[in-house]
Amino acid sequence: MIFDLIIYILLAIGVFFNLLAGIGLLRFPDVYTRLHAGTKCTTFGSIFLVGAVILIGLKMWYTGATDGSVLAIHSIFVLIAILLTNPTGAHAIARAAHRSGVAPVRAIVDDLQNKTVKKTVKKKEAEK
Amino acid sequence: MLAFVVTTALCFITYLLLTTGSGTLGLWSLEEILFGAILSLIVGFLARTILVKDNFRMANPVRWVIFMAYVIGPFFISMAKANIDVAYRVITGRINPGIVKISPDLKTDLGITMLANSITLTPGTLSVDIDEDKNDLYIHWINVKKEALEKKPVDCKYICGKFPNWIRRIAE
Repeated sequence: MIFDLIIYILLAIGVFFNLLAGIGLLRFPDVYTRLHAGTKCTTFGSIFLVGAVILIGLKMWYTGATDGSVLAIHSIFVLIAILLTNPTGAHAIARAAHRSGVAPVRAIVDDLQNKTVKKTVKKKEAEK
Repeated sequence: MLAFVVTTALCFITYLLLTTGSGTLGLWSLEEILFGAILSLIVGFLARTILVKDNFRMANPVRWVIFMAYVIGPFFISMAKANIDVAYRVITGRINPGIVKISPDLKTDLGITMLANSITLTPGTLSVDIDEDKNDLYIHWINVKKEALEKKPVDCKYICGKFPNWIRRIAE
């Protein structure tokens, strides 16, 4: 009973943060700030959702079904995969956006601007 | 040779973890164990130069203990903070963004990857690009502090706290 309650609470927290990520995608002005919402909140929410699945698996294992072990261990692998790939994907999108010339909206400082210019100069020199 | 053994052992453990509950020999069936052993030998032979690049630094269990302590302790706490921070900004819409450069002074590829991922998942920051010669990171910061901009490159303590020290202990 108390175990089920914990699972429901974890699910509620996870759904709340994933919902927040969705609202953030709609409210923020440009690709970088949207990535802020899209990576942090989905990763954190997914930790709780997957945690709930792991708990269900452990409960099944405890009550005698060996299928529960499959559920729990596979979910742990899913969690590791999410933790590794989510920030990496965000990094790739942000880098691609900046390379294709998307400037951050309302930015007060942009150190990367100079670096990109330098790189294109080098490229032109190499072509000569 | 040692690289081959390490890769094979890791593959075999992963295979066993993924096939629990398949039979009566402990948690596994005999077929799964045999098939897993054959597959791990093949994969270990093919991938031995990819998994182990230059040395066996990460085979030290102390590093893994520190890594687990890092993930459960400071990393998870700042991740929770990050989400409350983003929740605040989603609801109020108050942002003050900018891209800044930091030089964390890490040398290995693994270390800089871990730091970039940690920065992306922690409060108000997102790694955008890397300077591959000096391992400097370019960070998109959602709420730039005025006092941080006085020095360039920006001091690490505003962006990622003590993370570089932790990662230096884990990966270097």
